[in-house]
Order: sequence, then C-alpha cells, then structure tokens
Amino acid sequence: MQWMVWTLPTAIFFSSIASILAGMTVWQVISPTVERKGFLPIATTRGDRLFIGLLSSAYIHLGVVGFTDLSLWLALGFCVLWMAILMRWG
Amino acid sequence: MSQSTMTNTQAQSASPEKTAEEGLTRAVSRQKGESVGRNRFLLSIYLVFTLLPIYWLINMSLKSNREILSVFSLWPQALTFDSYIKILTDPSWYMGYVNSLTYVAMNMTISILVALPAAYAFSRFKFIGDKHLFFWLLTNLMAPPAVFLLPYFQLYYTVGLFDTHIAVALAHCLFNIPLAVWILEGFMSSVPKEVDETAYIDGYSFPAFFIKIFIPMIRSGIGVTLFFLFMFSWVELLLARTLTATNAQPIGAIMTRTSTASGVDWSTLAAAGVLTIVPGILVVYFVRNHIAKGFALGRT
Amino acid sequence: MNKVENNKAWFLVLPMLLLVAFSAIIPLMTVVNYSVQDILGRSAFFVGSEWFVQTLNDSRLQSALMRQFAFSFTILAIQVPLGIAIALLMPKKGWQASAVLILITLPLLVPWNVVGSMWQIFTRGDIGLMGYGIRQLGYPYNITRNASDAWITIIIMDVWHWTPLIALLCYSGLRAIPEAYYQAAQIDRASKWAVFRYIQLPKLTNVLVIGVLLRFMHSFMIYAEPFVLTGGGPGSSTTFLSQTLATMAIGQQDLGPSAAFSIIYFLIILAVSYVFYVTIMNMQKDKADNISGGA
Repeated sequence: MQWMVWTLPTAIFFSSIASILAGMTVWQVISPTVERKGFLPIATTRGDRLFIGLLSSAYIHLGVVGFTDLSLWLALGFCVLWMAILMRWG
Repeated sequence: MSQSTMTNTQAQSASPEKTAEEGLTRAVSRQKGESVGRNRFLLSIYLVFTLLPIYWLINMSLKSNREILSVFSLWPQALTFDSYIKILTDPSWYMGYVNSLTYVAMNMTISILVALPAAYAFSRFKFIGDKHLFFWLLTNLMAPPAVFLLPYFQLYYTVGLFDTHIAVALAHCLFNIPLAVWILEGFMSSVPKEVDETAYIDGYSFPAFFIKIFIPMIRSGIGVTLFFLFMFSWVELLLARTLTATNAQPIGAIMTRTSTASGVDWSTLAAAGVLTIVPGILVVYFVRNHIAKGFALGRT
Repeated sequence: MNKVENNKAWFLVLPMLLLVAFSAIIPLMTVVNYSVQDILGRSAFFVGSEWFVQTLNDSRLQSALMRQFAFSFTILAIQVPLGIAIALLMPKKGWQASAVLILITLPLLVPWNVVGSMWQIFTRGDIGLMGYGIRQLGYPYNITRNASDAWITIIIMDVWHWTPLIALLCYSGLRAIPEAYYQAAQIDRASKWAVFRYIQLPKLTNVLVIGVLLRFMHSFMIYAEPFVLTGGGPGSSTTFLSQTLATMAIGQQDLGPSAAFSIIYFLIILAVSYVFYVTIMNMQKDKADNISGGA
C-alpha cells in the first residue's frame, strides 16, 4: 500500500464516497426509489440525482479552486447545500 | 490531400445528378443501372484510399533498404523477401508476435468468461444500482490509458506480475470487459425471454440452461464479441509496453528497434507492420457475416 | 423487455466487477492521491489544491485541451457524413458485400503504432507515395516543418483509420430496415432524398449516437498515431491531451500536476459520456414505449 501514497484527506474522501454508496444501498433496500421528474430536464432516480450532484460538485470545486481565491470550505459548504436541493427537488 | 480531392469529386459528381433525379421521380431501369454504376465508382475511390497506405507498406517491405532510399518506384524493382525471412527466423523478432498473441488470447478468455454472466444479468434482471454500474463500466471504456500508466506500472510491480503476459491481459480487461458486456447485452436482449421461462419449466437449472441452451443461441454474438476483444487488445500498445520489459514484450515495442542512430530500417519496419495486420485479416474472415451487427453492439 | 427484479443478479456481475475494479479503481485512487502531494523520489508532501490551481491556469494545458476539442470535432464532422455515405454505397448482398466489408474493416485491425509508422512511410517526401506525389505537384509538403501540413495529415490519417467504424455501424443500421419500407416508398414515388431523410436517417440515429460516442472517446485518447507520425510537432502543434499527459508524468516526472490534470481530463470525459449515456438510454426507452404503445 506504500506506493499508493495515501494521505488522510484523500482517505477521508474515499471512505465518505464508499459510505455514501453503502448508505444509498441500504436506503434503496428499505424504501425503493421511484423515478420522478423534478427541475432537472430528465426523469431521475435517487441514484441519478446523487451522481449528477457529485459530478457537478466536482466541477464547482474545480471552478472555485482554479479561478477564485475563495476558501475550499466555502465551496464544500455550498456543494452540500446544492446536493440537498438536488436530492429533494431535482 | 487525397481525402479532400475525393470529397470534391464526390460532391461534383453527386450534385448535378441528384437534382436530375429529383426532377425525374419515375424509376426507370436504365437510370437505376447508372446509379449502381456511380455507386460502385464512388465506393471504389474510397476503397483505393483505404488500401493505398497498406499497399505502400507492402511495397516497402518487399524492397531492400538501398532500393527504398535510392529510387522512387511504385512497385519493387528487385523483389526481395529478406525482411520477412529476417523477422520469421530471428527469435528476438518473432517472439514479439508470440507474446502479443499470448496476452491477447488470455485476455479474450478471461473477458468472455466473466462478461457472459454479467451481460446476462444486465439483459434479464433489475437489481440495485444496475444502471449506475453499467455507466461506470462504460466510463472505463473511455478512461485514457495515458492517465493510468504510472499507477499501473506500480500496481503490477507490487503484485509481482510485471513483465508477464497475464499482467497485460489483466490490464486490457479494463476496456475489454466493459466492451464485451455492452455487445453481449445487446445480443442477449434480442433473445425473447420466453426461451428462459420455457427452459426453467422444462426443469433446467440455471447453469445447465445457460450453457446448453442460451450460449448456443447467441453463438454469432459471442463470435463477434471475441473479434472485438481480439481487435482492441491487439491494437493497444501503450499499456502493453509499459507493463513489460523483455519476457513479454509485444511486437509493437520491438518494432521501435528498427530506428537506430544510423537511420531507420524501413524495409524491416514495413515487413513487421505487414505481419501485424495478417492475424486481424484471418480473424475478420471468420466473423464477416456478423461483424456489421457487432459494430452496432447487437442493437439494430 | 420487462426485466425481473432480482438482486441475486449481483452474483452474476461480481466476478466481472472485481476484475474491472482491480484495474480501474486502484489506479484511479492512486492518481487522486498523487494529485494532492508533491512527490520527490520516496518522500511526499501534502500540498492540498496547489496542483489544481497550477494546472487550471497552465496555458500549455489549456491549449492542448483546445487543440483536442478542435481535433475531435473536426474528425467527427468529416467521419460521420463520410461514414453514412459509404454505408449507403456498400453492396447489400453477395460475395461483393463480404469482400467490401472485410476491406473496409482493415484499417481498424492495424495496431495503433503501426498506423503511425504506415503513415510516416506513406507521407515522407522522399520515400512516401503521398508525400512524393504532392511534392511532384509543386507543393513543398513537409509534416515535420509545416504545422498545417501536419494537422491535415493527422486528420486524414484519423479519417482513414476510423471512418470504417462509423460506416460499419451505419451499414448494420441500414440492413435492419425492412424491405417493405422501400417498396412503400417506391409506390409513393418518393425521391432518393426523401427515402434517406424519412426512412434511412431515423433508423440510423440509434447507431449514430453509439458511433459518435465511441469516436469522441477514442479521439480523446489518441496517442500512438500522432506520436509516431509527427512526435507531436512541429512545435507542439499536434500534441494532444494524452501525449501532453504522458510527457508530464513520465518524461518530466511531474507526478502531482499530471495527476491533477488527469482528474480534470477524467471529469470532462465523465460529463460528456453521461450526457451521451442518458441520450442512448432515453432513446431505447422511447423505442420500447412506442412498441408497447403500438401493440
């Protein structure tokens, strides 16, 4: 594992992704998702919205890091909010 | 250059005739014969464009280096097979082909064995995360190998597989398994589900049904899939070269030997190139009747 | 087709999943780890988002990205219409059909570095048919000096290499059209253009989306062919994304920046392919709805 040069932040990042996936699976077993149409142009399931949310969050982070001087934590906070909106009304 | 002239002639010859045809909507048999002739003509222009670089490679491989560099001629003036003889008798050359064919064969076996059940699952069942899993598979088709070169090298070095055929075979699974699942899923979805249900009513267990009934039904699909697995593993070089040193070196890496400080050995390079096309031609011959459907991933 | 809900299907998928994950996820995680660290030999320092700031503002990478998009759209704009045209011209049955099919497939079966070598030999001014021919016509064709010559040559090479893929996809799409459609069109005295526009093209959209997706992805990965043919030159006029990355990662040992750029690259590919994927899936769903609605 030495060659993979793990760091604490990336380890936290990947474990949170893994636990989100695990959590989504459990949620799906308890109450299966229904495909619906929200403000996004396509009908989506819960998993679709999660994916779209994660991908757009990645882009938001890149934008903040690359082209502004704002703090990353601000971007993270904004993305959490965005994810919540997307999951609920997307 | 030949490309642009080709499209030009196509446009010129097509436009006046097309307007004429639109005026005369009645299908006269004479006219039909003319349009077949025109189609043949345009198609053969494209075929010439396809074959010309290959012909030139063959032409070069049959000349000696001295002839290549001294006179420009459309065909060999002094026909020689020296380059081929050199490649086919020198182990350090022909082992490249053996290595390439070995890892390609390994990759085809592994990929088809794991892709068959997976494609069946995707074509017949709904399960948690199926759509996302499928999309994730497709993204691997798109992952550019250049991005992963260094981690690959270190991964295979760490697990002790560096410079073995199996390392390349496993690495090529990255794009070949998703491709196989995608094509096979298309073919399997065109088999009606009643086939499965009838077999289960007749008392077949799943493995027995799968091997005895289902696989023979999608024979042509499997053939085409194997062709694609062969093709993509055979043409890939970047990963193959990174994961091997001497024991499992692919032919593509050995070919770089032809360019030395004293110049390029054009004749040998050309002959080695021609020999890399031969296996492909043999394989494509066997699947020629199903290949078109395979390119559409079994979905037409 | 109505699929049965059954989570045991996961067992059928599992072996495939493990194998692909071994080759896909471990390297991806490693790339992410690289991207936040400065790695010098055996020691590594955490630098946070520094490499991302640097790569996003690196003009060399930005121009490589622009070149890549220009290249990808150019070849798509040539290959798609040309591929459709060839598919329409191809004979439909008999031995000619098989022969043409095999001949057209040939370029796809040539290893990618051999494609580069083949075109290098073909386009050289002294020994190549194309290079020598163009010079005889009076144009000082030179792909190692003149950037636009190099560009056009690489595009011609890619058209040669990959148009067959589009052509074969469309050919199989055309063959799936029932003969009755053409007969109906003949009774209606439809023009050739009308037949193409209202019968053939709609049938082709399905395969064309797949074709465009595959071509877009592969054009983004293009590496070996221009590397062998022009070495990315003259200057960096034909250095596309993959080559820029490979030079950074292996040539200059800039692991951190190249990893950061790999991730950006990957995110672009991911977004584009998601759009395509959703389109393909919706098209299949519409088709299924139409069939069940019709029946």
